[in-house]
Amino acid sequence: QALLDEEQTEMLRSSRQLPLDTNTFNYESYHTIDEIYNFMDMLVAENPNLVSKLEIGRSTENRPLYVLKFSTGGTNRPAIWIDTGIHSREWVTQASGVWFAKKIVEDHANNEGVASILETMDIFLEIVTNPDGFAFTHTTNRLWRKTRSKHSGSICVGVDPNRNWDAGFGEAGASGNPCTETYHGPYANSEPEVKSIVDFVKSHGNIKAFISIHSYSQLLLYPYGYTETPVPDQQELHKVSAKAVAALSSLYGTKYKYGSIITTICEYGGN
Amino acid sequence: DIDDVGHKYYLELELEDVLDKDRTVSCTAEVLYHLGSRASAPDVQVTVQGELRSTEEADKEFYNRMRSLEKELVAENIPDSHGNIPPELEPIHLLAWVASGYVIWQNSTENTKFHLAQVKHVKQVKRSDEDLQFDYVVLLHEMVSQEVLPWEVTVLWHPQRGARVSR
Repeated sequence: QALLDEEQTEMLRSSRQLPLDTNTFNYESYHTIDEIYNFMDMLVAENPNLVSKLEIGRSTENRPLYVLKFSTGGTNRPAIWIDTGIHSREWVTQASGVWFAKKIVEDHANNEGVASILETMDIFLEIVTNPDGFAFTHTTNRLWRKTRSKHSGSICVGVDPNRNWDAGFGEAGASGNPCTETYHGPYANSEPEVKSIVDFVKSHGNIKAFISIHSYSQLLLYPYGYTETPVPDQQELHKVSAKAVAALSSLYGTKYKYGSIITTICEYGGN
Repeated sequence: DIDDVGHKYYLELELEDVLDKDRTVSCTAEVLYHLGSRASAPDVQVTVQGELRSTEEADKEFYNRMRSLEKELVAENIPDSHGNIPPELEPIHLLAWVASGYVIWQNSTENTKFHLAQVKHVKQVKRSDEDLQFDYVVLLHEMVSQEVLPWEVTVLWHPQRGARVSR
């Protein structure tokens, strides 16, 4: 009997195929929060001179908010911020974040792609930006989008973290109704998931680019969403977007539209 | 713009056969969104230029398979969390897509953009007549509000008579 039990355990283990390193990790399937956190630890362990893991805060349900830092040295170098998974149901974004992490490491090893960026800049990557929501999409509701916070006065749960930023807070495109998917929350930065990013960026002081990934549509967007007034660097952003979209398309013909949020998404008859 | 009536759109569309991606058919449509907040479905007129592929054999196979099941089909989460659909449930999914199209049409305005996100639940109901009946709960995603709305839809289907939404 003992032998049978042992065989069962062995079979279960190999069928679960726990990856031993980031080369055997399966990038072609979706993963749980534990599997992604485990991936991050493996990546750091395999590349201690390039990758480190920072905890920038805790979620409402006290899950750690981890950010991977890719750096070849220096002190407080100018940096690029990338986040994925802020809307927890957009599963391809967390999966993309995992893939980005591995790609950055590979590019550096092969001295191609983003390797040149890493010579003078750091990259910060938060893969599971909304861990409470992400856990909820695995256990209970695959289509959960918001955080899992409870604010007094409502039985409804969650704030749309992407309406919680202090930029045109509470204006068009967000809802004051806690039971809706675009509820902006009681006040800006009420959500720890958002506040910890704000605090991190402000205290770092040298973030040069901030990129947030969603699975929404095929759009490359730059500010503003809350006003038609163009940003000061609108012309440059537009040029950069055009180049990025052309580069993207050159691989597999994927077509992205680009422009400011307010002019581009407006085409959906937005609020 | 048509004063006192609403907004009319003239569309030229290319339809792509989901099951045969190289196959396209052109069609034209006129859509009239009525003025006023009183919810009423937009008027739609469609003309298909060309022929739709015959699906007689596949229809018959699906019909016979469903009619001969010992226990009525019950299924949920199509596609599953990972986006997968078991091959034998493909026709059920396609039928849900068609039924959702009707619900979406009945509930669309110029400011909505609905898609079928997932079939939450489907139950086959045996009937004494020749139709197949499926009671669905579908989840419709609305792009502007980002809301996911559950909808109960009852669909009748017959190889010759096609699909009808009865509720």
